[in-house]
Amino acid sequence: MILVKNGHVIDPVNGINEEMDLFIKNGRISSEFKINEKECEVIDAKGKLVVAGAIDIHAHIAARKINSGRAMRPEEFRRVRQKTGKFRAAVGRTLLTAPAIGYEYVKMGYTTAIEPATPSLYTLHTHEELDSIPIIDKAALPLFGNWHLVFKFIAENDIEKLASFISWVLEKMKGYGVKVVNPGGVEAWMYGSNAHSIDDLVPYYDVSVRDIITGLIKANEMLDLPHSIHIHCNNLGEPGNYETTVDTMKLANGIRNNRRQVLHVTHVQFNAFSGSGWKDMGSGTEEIIKLVNKSDNITIDMGQVIFGHATTMTADGPFQFDLHKLLKNKWINLDVELETGTGVVPLIYRPSSPVHSVMWAIALELGLLVNPDKNVISTDYPNGGPFDRYPYIMTLLLSRKYREKEMERAHKYLQRAANLPSIDIERTLEDIVKMTRSSPARILGMHNKGHLGEGADADVVVYDINPAEFNPDKYREIEKALSSALFTIKGGTVVVKNGKIAGDIWGRTMWVDATLRTTAEIIEPDLEEYFNYYTVNRENYGVEERWMRRAERIEVG
Amino acid sequence: MENVTCTFCGAVCDDLYFDGDEFRTKDFCPLGEAKFSRKKRIEYPTIDGKKVSYEEAVERAAEILHNSKRPLLFGWSSTVNEAIRLGVILAEKVRGIYDQCASVCHAPSVLAMIEEGIASGSLGQIKNRTDLAIFWGCNPVEAHPRHPTRYSVMARGLLTKGRADRKVVVVDVRKTVSALMASHFIQVKPGTDYLVFSAMRALMEGYEDAVPEEVGGVRKEKLIEFVEMIKSAKYITILFGLGIAHTRGHDRNVENVIKLVQLINRYTRCILQPMRGHFNVVGAGEVAAWECGFEWAVDFSRGYPRFAPSEFTGVEALLRKDCDAALIVASDPAAHFPRAAVEQLKRIPVIQIDPFPNMTTLLSKVVIPCAISGIEAEGTAYRMDGVPIRVKKVVESEYWSDEEILEKMLEKVLKLRED
Ligand code: SF4
Ligand SMILES: [Zn+2]
Repeated sequence: MILVKNGHVIDPVNGINEEMDLFIKNGRISSEFKINEKECEVIDAKGKLVVAGAIDIHAHIAARKINSGRAMRPEEFRRVRQKTGKFRAAVGRTLLTAPAIGYEYVKMGYTTAIEPATPSLYTLHTHEELDSIPIIDKAALPLFGNWHLVFKFIAENDIEKLASFISWVLEKMKGYGVKVVNPGGVEAWMYGSNAHSIDDLVPYYDVSVRDIITGLIKANEMLDLPHSIHIHCNNLGEPGNYETTVDTMKLANGIRNNRRQVLHVTHVQFNAFSGSGWKDMGSGTEEIIKLVNKSDNITIDMGQVIFGHATTMTADGPFQFDLHKLLKNKWINLDVELETGTGVVPLIYRPSSPVHSVMWAIALELGLLVNPDKNVISTDYPNGGPFDRYPYIMTLLLSRKYREKEMERAHKYLQRAANLPSIDIERTLEDIVKMTRSSPARILGMHNKGHLGEGADADVVVYDINPAEFNPDKYREIEKALSSALFTIKGGTVVVKNGKIAGDIWGRTMWVDATLRTTAEIIEPDLEEYFNYYTVNRENYGVEERWMRRAERIEVG
Repeated sequence: MENVTCTFCGAVCDDLYFDGDEFRTKDFCPLGEAKFSRKKRIEYPTIDGKKVSYEEAVERAAEILHNSKRPLLFGWSSTVNEAIRLGVILAEKVRGIYDQCASVCHAPSVLAMIEEGIASGSLGQIKNRTDLAIFWGCNPVEAHPRHPTRYSVMARGLLTKGRADRKVVVVDVRKTVSALMASHFIQVKPGTDYLVFSAMRALMEGYEDAVPEEVGGVRKEKLIEFVEMIKSAKYITILFGLGIAHTRGHDRNVENVIKLVQLINRYTRCILQPMRGHFNVVGAGEVAAWECGFEWAVDFSRGYPRFAPSEFTGVEALLRKDCDAALIVASDPAAHFPRAAVEQLKRIPVIQIDPFPNMTTLLSKVVIPCAISGIEAEGTAYRMDGVPIRVKKVVESEYWSDEEILEKMLEKVLKLRED
């Protein structure tokens, strides 16, 4: 039992922004008020900020992709973050080892992270890596947007079959939701091509990108899964691509869910470029921001770029190949039979680069102007940069002064090509709590997370920030406080004290079982047929719960 | 039992039948069949040749590792990921060296990948799409016997429906049995693969004048024809083996073929696949990568991982006499390491974990027999393309699994550290 006393609690879900005590019992927040302090570990949080554990909605923290990146980039692991001792050794610059991932997250007060792109054929590997990440809770989203069986069901216009297939896959793979990456485009890459608009057709199956997206939204809503579909749009990283993003968002028109959005568009920065080429590339956020703010069925995450080293890794095979050609840098590609592709290319974001500076600004425009209830902080780790720089992003959003200082470092082209210089807004602490806690929790449908009401997971963070005396001009102090939590409590265990790891536990891996809502029988003949084309036997395809360290099945239906 | 997974070579076939009571197999190739047959086992744990209990053997092993300044933990390619993971953590906690069989096998390929990355794919991409398969410096018929039928040459896929839809080229220094299944055989002179790749890159980019009349024993016309064949194919897979990685040029050869593949992708689609040997040598690298950042040749003596392929491989560490104890898991360095390295192994206390007796058994102080992965113990293994596949327990056994042994050993070591 833990009592967090007299802290300044900010919990937007429960309308709290005031000094109060928090009582933790059996791994949950309790509303008992007759508490015997002698039986509790008491944390004095007077004059400190107390919030729920943060959630990373989109970070490539496990799976074949990041691991091939590690194998290709030994140069990433010369930074020592922690020597072996009571806890594991932890190393890595932007690519981290599995132990380092868990430790670095909780040091900043993050207690949950989502691996957003697992090829099903390789998902057992994904779970092995997730199982090696200490402390945090996690989940994985299987990739659907270029799966032959998805094309087939879309071509047959059979949403019921598609829904059955989704629930079959989530159960087989112990997956949490539906990820879509460059729908149709990755399959086109198998022919050396790509998809450039939502009206492009997929070779062989003759279905359009538009049909794939709407079909998957409808199937996802038929199942009423906790999370909506989670999409990485076509044309990522291309000047002028904001139009494709707007077109994609409009596909959600008229489809509703009263609990949450029906379309989550991820790392939008990479898909919010204007211009016709690299020479006139600029910010294309304006229309996107308007559209998201006026819709109640679309949410986004930022995809902030951090100046410095990064490693791009996506299921977007053709994009990664283009990037390899552009940068002439080393390149990993992995085409996955019948399901998807993958690529990895290292990259450095330089403030001296006009394009990189504009990208940096685009994400901040989104962070400052999109309603915090519909927006989440992300770097698309490790694509935009390392997740341990989230405190930097938060502080940029909180402090105009800090932004101005950073803008001086960036290329002057930004002044012309982005709207950021004219934005005065400073986000409040409550906004930041939304963009890191309550919004991702609601978007993901994790109702025990992102807030501190009775029964919520006891994932609690105490920061050395006094909201009553908050001064955004003191940005160095703010960034430092957000980087290094005074206390992080995960599921009722203190895991961080004064920015240092204090406890090592294993979190859960959440997965969604929607099989009650569907019948696998209607897709049986299709599965039989397509398993002739796999190189793994159908009986050996998938992941069993007993192979996982701490699986948590979430049943819907 | 149906759908049994073979734990011999990197093809990790998972469509086999095995009757564990009678040790009867169906559909295995001869190599796999040999593994799944009754063989002489290490009968019980020993210390200095004397029979002891598992507990005693594990205890002594933990003491040796704990008291050693810098033990070598080597092997790993023929066990499951669960055991490998514990091995990496054990290496970290005893501040030793983690190294695995790749360091004496496909290490040049991994080094090349560090330089250039690799455009690759799962084996189903050969089965379903590949209309031109090129085997270069490898001999699947003898080394991965079911690879051609299951994945590559004869496999029937979605778009490429079978052998008739697929051209097959074998490039090698001699006409191997694998060349018999090819539609084209190209013979290169030993040690000239680098030159041939360079010539092909030049031809690909239209620098015909830069290419001499003959490269590596192959006539220019023939190379031009080959390059044209590649350019007009839709989806090419190049499969390569130690014939490239272990001949003159080593990692530079592999780097050059990776660059050739990068170039081909500007014209059509192409992937590259190393033919990895032991059933889980990919796992021995992948698991280490996520646990400590590096795949092999990792030293933990400073309390954090460092990678140096010229210093921290098993062979190098032994030659330098850097290691004062060794744990050998599922491998036989006494039979495969250079003589001087084996001499050093003889001078230090060696702990062996293996189901079968081998040369290393003879020089080991502590010998711990284990269950055979894929027959008596289950776990996860990575096929040569990294696809994870469960290997199964199909026979009951009194032997402890690698995972159990290492788990206990790690527990003991942590206990000793605390005291
Ligand atoms: S090809 Fe390899 S995995 Fe398949 S049965 Fe033969 S030895 Fe076993
Ligand atoms: Zn991503």
